[in-house]
Amino acid sequence: MGSNYDDNVSFTDYTLGQEQLERIEHILTEDLIKSGVHSALLIDMAGNIIAKCDNGNCEHDLYSLAALASANFAAVDTMAKIVGEEEFSLLFHKGESESIHFSKVNIEFLLITIFGKEVSLGLLRLKVAEAVEKINNVW
Amino acid sequence: MAFVNMKNKEVQAKIVYYGPGRGGKTTNLEYIYSKFRERIKSDMVSIKTHGDRTLFFDFLPFDIGKIMGYDVKIQLYTVPGQVKYDATRRLVLKGVDGMVFVADSQIEQRKKNILSLKNLQENLASYKKSIFKVPLVLQYNKRDLEKGGVSLLPMETLEKDLNSQLKVPSFPASAVTGENVVPTMKKIISLTMTSLQNVMK
Ligand SMILES: Nc1nc2c(ncn2[C@@H]2O[C@H](COP(=O)(O)OP(=O)(O)OP(=O)(O)O)[C@@H](O)[C@H]2O)c(=O)[nH]1
Ligand SMILES: [Mg+2]
Repeated sequence: MGSNYDDNVSFTDYTLGQEQLERIEHILTEDLIKSGVHSALLIDMAGNIIAKCDNGNCEHDLYSLAALASANFAAVDTMAKIVGEEEFSLLFHKGESESIHFSKVNIEFLLITIFGKEVSLGLLRLKVAEAVEKINNVW
Repeated sequence: MAFVNMKNKEVQAKIVYYGPGRGGKTTNLEYIYSKFRERIKSDMVSIKTHGDRTLFFDFLPFDIGKIMGYDVKIQLYTVPGQVKYDATRRLVLKGVDGMVFVADSQIEQRKKNILSLKNLQENLASYKKSIFKVPLVLQYNKRDLEKGGVSLLPMETLEKDLNSQLKVPSFPASAVTGENVVPTMKKIISLTMTSLQNVMK
């Protein structure tokens, strides 16, 4: 085997301690859930859920959502590369009563928010941008 | 790239079923889903074509209970086996912790098995992972056809073609009858958990 192989058997490229996870959950709750977001998820690019917070009445299957979101993000990212873009910045799907917004936090993480009509896209983007910055300051 | 959550005492690990198109990867997950229906709380997610070929992946989350004090959630995935879907196939491999290679025992699929295994090695290498290091189990599928009078690749041939260098556990199986589907899964889960043990202290 060449030396360019990663010998550390499959563990995350990042480490998150208990205190960091608590700070992330705090950010998700304070900045997003309290602004009217139904559910906020921090996932990694492999589809693992790192942290999740919701308003208490969200019945979605979040593990499947995380798997699909990471795959969707990876697919869109690959499409961007094919047409010569660094990335497509906005990933947003609008529904009748629920909408989904994706935001890249850094090369490892994605922030997913699910929200209803009560929250405008403008406000949501502002709140997500603030949360992303705070999450990036956690480590 | 399993995620070990020290706070909730939870581990999420990703196991991917790989192999040539129509080899039976999706059928493996469907069998597991039907067999453990009462333990799997969510639906199986399949992104597929109208003709039931996997287009992106199948996804089945499986809670296996507590290991060393951690709640272990296994995420089972399949890749699309068709050669033309290589770009999406590679995306599914991101962060894989363990793999099952599902080979097709039919004589005319011999070359496709070998090419698919080579493709796996290349795609793992694109993530700087070695096929010799990732927990891996081989499954020689469709053995049930033998009972219907179809002659299949002998087990020795499959072992020689696919496992002479890897030397990993292998199972003759039938994803439609379910024969050795659960033992295959149990084996890869146990190899994967062993490889993660040093981080689950
Ligand atoms: N006789 C027999 N047929 C099988 C077995 N496993 C799968 N099949 C059949 O083979 C066909 C393809 O099976 P799939 O599970 O969809 O194959 P796949 O590997 O997911 O294929 P792709 O999604 O294209 O990569 C289906 O018609 C299955 O019913 C098996 O063990 N025995
Ligand atoms: Mg399939």
